[in-house]
Amino acid sequence: MDKTDHNILFHKMFHIEGGNFTSAGLISDQVKKILKEAGIPKKVIRRASIATFEAEMNVICYATQGDLSLFITPLFLKIVVDDEGHGIPDIHLAMSEGYSTADEKIREWGFGAGMGLPNIRRNTDEMVLTSTFRQGTHLEFVIYLERQETQLPFE
Amino acid sequence: MTLKEVKEILNAEVISGNHDLEKEIKCAFAAELLSDVLALSQEGALLITGFTHPQVVYAADAANLCAVLFVRGRWPNEATQQLAIQKKIPLLSTSYMMFETCGILYEYGLKTCALTVENGQD
Repeated sequence: MDKTDHNILFHKMFHIEGGNFTSAGLISDQVKKILKEAGIPKKVIRRASIATFEAEMNVICYATQGDLSLFITPLFLKIVVDDEGHGIPDIHLAMSEGYSTADEKIREWGFGAGMGLPNIRRNTDEMVLTSTFRQGTHLEFVIYLERQETQLPFE
Repeated sequence: MTLKEVKEILNAEVISGNHDLEKEIKCAFAAELLSDVLALSQEGALLITGFTHPQVVYAADAANLCAVLFVRGRWPNEATQQLAIQKKIPLLSTSYMMFETCGILYEYGLKTCALTVENGQD
């Protein structure tokens, strides 16, 4: 994780099983608990919980499996998600609100409105998404504990 | 408006969270999709929905919503109820349809919490 490595106060990795809708929300719930215990500001926790929930759903809906890692540093939270699955053929299209490839099963579970990725972008300060079609997707996002324009972890 | 008033106005049953009925509800948000709850609701809102899977409680908790009101007499299963108790999110159920539920609460002065979206851009 580049130059910020030595500043990591906490790191935990969670495994997400694709297609397991009944446990959807469990990982974001655990992340929320950790952030609460770490004394992270409430507003940051809300943004992080929502973004993590969406990221978790993306793995459940579109991948066979994935890993979600939470990093806490003194300045920001970082979440990295790597999955094996469908991948995204057109990231630009996937980022547009309302665009969805969700099937009936996903909608049955209350998701698939085409709001997930745009909602992650809206609730985070930095977001990077790369994907190889039919292989998998890499997503990482950062939320600053206090907005600090000078600290850009992706630079 | 308190949760107790919501209960009385809609003749709703309290599924769990009976001791939290004095909670003040400032605004409400209605949705059948959790995607919409996560993308459009605002903190502190009462969520009006027909969706009863436990994920509705996870979504409400992630978005810091204050309570969930099920419409059409929908009743969540034990797993949803237990999770709601654990998360301290009161659950209520009314037999009114979604449209009537929203209309009645709106008439009583409860306002929307939803973020505004452009026409057709939801």
